[in-house]
Amino acid sequence: MKLFWLFVSSCCLVFLSLGGDAAELNYQLTPRQLSSDTYVFVGKTEDFSFENGGNIVNTAFVMTSAGVVVIDTGSSLRYGEQMRQAIAKITDKPIVQVINTHHHPDHFFGNQAFKDVKIAALPTTIEDMQREGGAFSDNMYRMTGDWMRGTEPLAATEKLTTDSLSVGDHTFKLLVLQGHSHADLALLDEKTGILFAGDLVFYNRTPTTPHADLAKWLDALKQLEQLKFTYLVVGHGEVLQDKRAIVQTREYLQWLDQSLKASAEAGKDMAEVLQTPIPEKFAKMPLVNFEFGRSVVHLYPALELAALKPAS
Amino acid sequence: MQRIYRVGLMLLLPMNVGAIPADPLNSVQWTTMYNRFLKDYPVQFDSRVQVLAPEQAENSMQVPLAVKVEGLQAIEEILIFADFNPLPKVLSFYPQQALPFIGFRVKLQQASPIRAAVRTADGWHVGGKWVDAAGGGCTLPSAARNSGVWESQLGQVQGRIWQQPSAQRVRFRVIHPMDTGLAAGIPKFQLEEINLQDATGKTLAQIKPAEPVSENPIFSIEFPKNLPLPTLHINGRDNNANKIKAELIP
Repeated sequence: MKLFWLFVSSCCLVFLSLGGDAAELNYQLTPRQLSSDTYVFVGKTEDFSFENGGNIVNTAFVMTSAGVVVIDTGSSLRYGEQMRQAIAKITDKPIVQVINTHHHPDHFFGNQAFKDVKIAALPTTIEDMQREGGAFSDNMYRMTGDWMRGTEPLAATEKLTTDSLSVGDHTFKLLVLQGHSHADLALLDEKTGILFAGDLVFYNRTPTTPHADLAKWLDALKQLEQLKFTYLVVGHGEVLQDKRAIVQTREYLQWLDQSLKASAEAGKDMAEVLQTPIPEKFAKMPLVNFEFGRSVVHLYPALELAALKPAS
Repeated sequence: MQRIYRVGLMLLLPMNVGAIPADPLNSVQWTTMYNRFLKDYPVQFDSRVQVLAPEQAENSMQVPLAVKVEGLQAIEEILIFADFNPLPKVLSFYPQQALPFIGFRVKLQQASPIRAAVRTADGWHVGGKWVDAAGGGCTLPSAARNSGVWESQLGQVQGRIWQQPSAQRVRFRVIHPMDTGLAAGIPKFQLEEINLQDATGKTLAQIKPAEPVSENPIFSIEFPKNLPLPTLHINGRDNNANKIKAELIP
């Protein structure tokens, strides 16, 4: 009989320890307060990994008089759920609106946790989410593993077609831009002066370019640089009160553009372009070698082709 | 009898393995690659054979790759293969009048060493590098198959010759889906031979691509400064007997 209980209790121990492992997949989302009603969750400046589970992105929420507005939902169902729990610890107001800044998975794969809420994005963003969500999902499972369990891409349903959006006592100016992806939404909260720039701006984290158009991106940065804001919430990196992040993103993209064009015009092979030395100024930006290599693959084919001529 | 044969084989095996130089890349496929491609000549790993490729492939269907050889004379062939590809042979390059350099892109099915074996009078000189890849490069349909607009442009060539301080650099691209035959329902359809010739029809260099060479391949090669190149003729064919014919003027 004693043996039987020993057996049962050891089974319980095994069960408990398994439960413990599952509970360890915790993003430890800690809201940082920017104003009386606005908070951000600042992600790590890393690439997706089994360790960070995709918590590499900045997301935010704004508590309006009509309820909470969530800006981007993170990289997985689990992220979305944990974000929702973290918001509930700050306010018992209902979440009334979710906005996705663009279609990349780390910005909308948490949407499932908000499926009872209106989820809005730019029309092109919604199309891209529908078209590319499946491929993104395969990639995210490969790169973050169990953190993704249960996650299925849920595209936004409500198209943003106006130049501002009012929720309760907050009005967000909607800046329809592009360049990081085919449609990038930046939001300026007119009440607090906080600018949510999505992935148009990075800070101390090398910008990523899988769907980039550098000329359009630089043009978007020019527009953002002209705005007055109290805080700039970038897509990846620290939240700052000045324009350093815009300047850094612009300078890196300008260098990337110029150096790739120069390589194409000099007749370099793509494998040689990967060896391009990174200027001192950017050498300490996290992931610069890795992201430069990815950018070469994304951007060089069009540039090298432009440098060739039709043969006779 | 069969048992005696097996015992004999087991005794022979370690001796053969001993003759194969140890692989600095620690690939379990090395012995197979050795027996498949290299065993007819002596083999040495040689740092003069450089393979330029990323640590990690961003796009498994277009992995940049260049091979540079410095300090080896009278090169007869540069053979490129990827151990873990279902079709490991990537390309053979016969430089003849060209410098020992070639760049292009390759499809990878999974993480694999990419190797270049350079054959000279004293045998194979081998260099290589591991490239990590998410995979699927060889068994996915080409982008052209999905877009369906490639047929009108098949075999078209774009290119350019650059006069550089140390060499004449040639880059050219051929429109071709380069189907491996491994994607469901799409038969093998690939460029098999590209000859770079002068105006008299003399071949200056030859490229023999195999299935893993990427779709719409873009090749970089070099000729010495002192080789007169008033025009460069590109003549090739695919496995369906379609001809490639183009002319580049510096």
